[in-house]
Amino acid sequence: MTEAPLGLLAELTHRCPLHCPYCSNPLELAGRSAEMTTDQWRDALSQAHELGVVQMHFSGGEPLARRDLPELVAHARGLGAYVNLVTSGVGLTGDRARALADCGVDHVQLSLQDADPARADRIAGARVHTAKRRAAQAVLAAGLPLTVNVVLHRANIEHTGEIIELATALGADRIELANTQYYGWALRNRGALLPTPRQLAVAQQAVEQARTRYTGRGPELVYVVADHYADRPKPCMHGWGSRQLTVTPTGDVLPCPAAGVITTLPVENVLRRPLARIWYDSRAFNAFRGTGWMADPCRTCPQRHTDFGGCRCQAFQLTGDATATDPVCTLSPHRRLVDALLTEDAAPDDTSQPAFVMRTQTAS
Amino acid sequence: MTGPLDTGSPRLRPGVRLTHDHVRDTDMVLLPEGVLVLNETAAAVLGLCDGRRTVAQITDVLRERYDGVRAEDVTELLADLAERRVVSLGDRQGAGLDDPAGVRPDD
Ligand SMILES: C[S@@+](CC[C@H](N)C(=O)[O-])C[C@H]1O[C@@H](n2cnc3c(N)ncnc32)[C@H](O)[C@@H]1O
Ligand code: SF4
Ligand code: SF4
Repeated sequence: MTEAPLGLLAELTHRCPLHCPYCSNPLELAGRSAEMTTDQWRDALSQAHELGVVQMHFSGGEPLARRDLPELVAHARGLGAYVNLVTSGVGLTGDRARALADCGVDHVQLSLQDADPARADRIAGARVHTAKRRAAQAVLAAGLPLTVNVVLHRANIEHTGEIIELATALGADRIELANTQYYGWALRNRGALLPTPRQLAVAQQAVEQARTRYTGRGPELVYVVADHYADRPKPCMHGWGSRQLTVTPTGDVLPCPAAGVITTLPVENVLRRPLARIWYDSRAFNAFRGTGWMADPCRTCPQRHTDFGGCRCQAFQLTGDATATDPVCTLSPHRRLVDALLTEDAAPDDTSQPAFVMRTQTAS
Repeated sequence: MTGPLDTGSPRLRPGVRLTHDHVRDTDMVLLPEGVLVLNETAAAVLGLCDGRRTVAQITDVLRERYDGVRAEDVTELLADLAERRVVSLGDRQGAGLDDPAGVRPDD
């Protein structure tokens, strides 16, 4: 039986003043005029609440780029939802942080690009690192708990130790270090982002040292491993259509933020169909629920209830078949595709840093 | 040896909220990255974690409400919830230790 969703990822806008080459947003970014209005977002949030969503993540793009953010936060909080603001921090002044806290933000997740200002700004494609440090202070001054989020890749992963130190000094209660997932702009930049095995070892060691140092005190440290280097896939989204849904700036409703890449699935939109119908009845949400859709080797594998056969988007991107076993799995007949990427893009002795294709908004 | 579970007054950590979810008709803890569904005991204990009552006082209140409340069960539950970063045990002797939000950037 299909259970109600717990979480909503509300991608309020694709607009963003940064140009991160690792951004998981799609290459085709929605322009301002295509975004849902305040009333349409309010209605989507209300529908999500009625459906059973108790946690709302306000993200994007840069959610602070929406002038109605305080109203939408207040609406979500009024529904009783937990409100998590996922932000680059650019534009998050002391006043704004206080106002958002008053409207009901429960927690802020602030992303940094690196520990060193010059390197961080190079990755962001904008001079923002100093503003982010101020944003961290603003969050604390507003009395809100802070998670610092850093996406790791070839250009910053060797500084994992420094990044942890900086995040701790900034007052993070939680530090999330996530190896890049290859969707959207990140997929476009994969050749420049994939870390080498040596780099991964450096990061791993830095994380372990920090864990030892902070045992029983200090921030919680979450490290998300580099998927391509694992021999089993990630339990993506805890299973397709099982706990969370994503609403894009234009109202498209997706089982995961990347699911738009699966071109063989129809795309639902909350402006055209009630959210509950989409969650329970749509083809897109039912396509990979449970285990009935699986092919070999997943179909009979004892792991299928734990990892759900991995990521459908990655399976589609690499094999062209969204029902295939995630090629990261060494039991997959397609694992050589991942191995080929690793040898081509991240040879052990490769220390070069190919140029990034910076994220840019297409005019629309 | 005495630890925070003997002397401290547990409170919900910052960013942690208790709620009753009407769709599922159940008590829940909402966390920065996730949700815990609570049974009746856990909900009752967490409802008493106000940062003032000690663990012993929490146990006393529970005993007024329910039969057969065992101190070690309450302690164990709170230790588990502290481990999951739902509550801080608020040991006054160790004040500040598990409160990194007190650290300020140096610039
Ligand atoms: C797409 S961003 C939008 C919010 C805001 N602009 C920011 O970057 O913090 C949402 C979160 O996903 C993270 N993220 C972005 N691209 C990612 C990728 N390719 N893999 C893993 N996490 C990623 C960001 O660091 C951020 O914490
Ligand atoms: S990851 Fe970077 S480019 Fe993408 S939305 Fe966040 S700040 Fe903007
Ligand atoms: S075969 Fe499928 S279910 Fe088994 S471990 Fe690999 S991905 Fe998971």
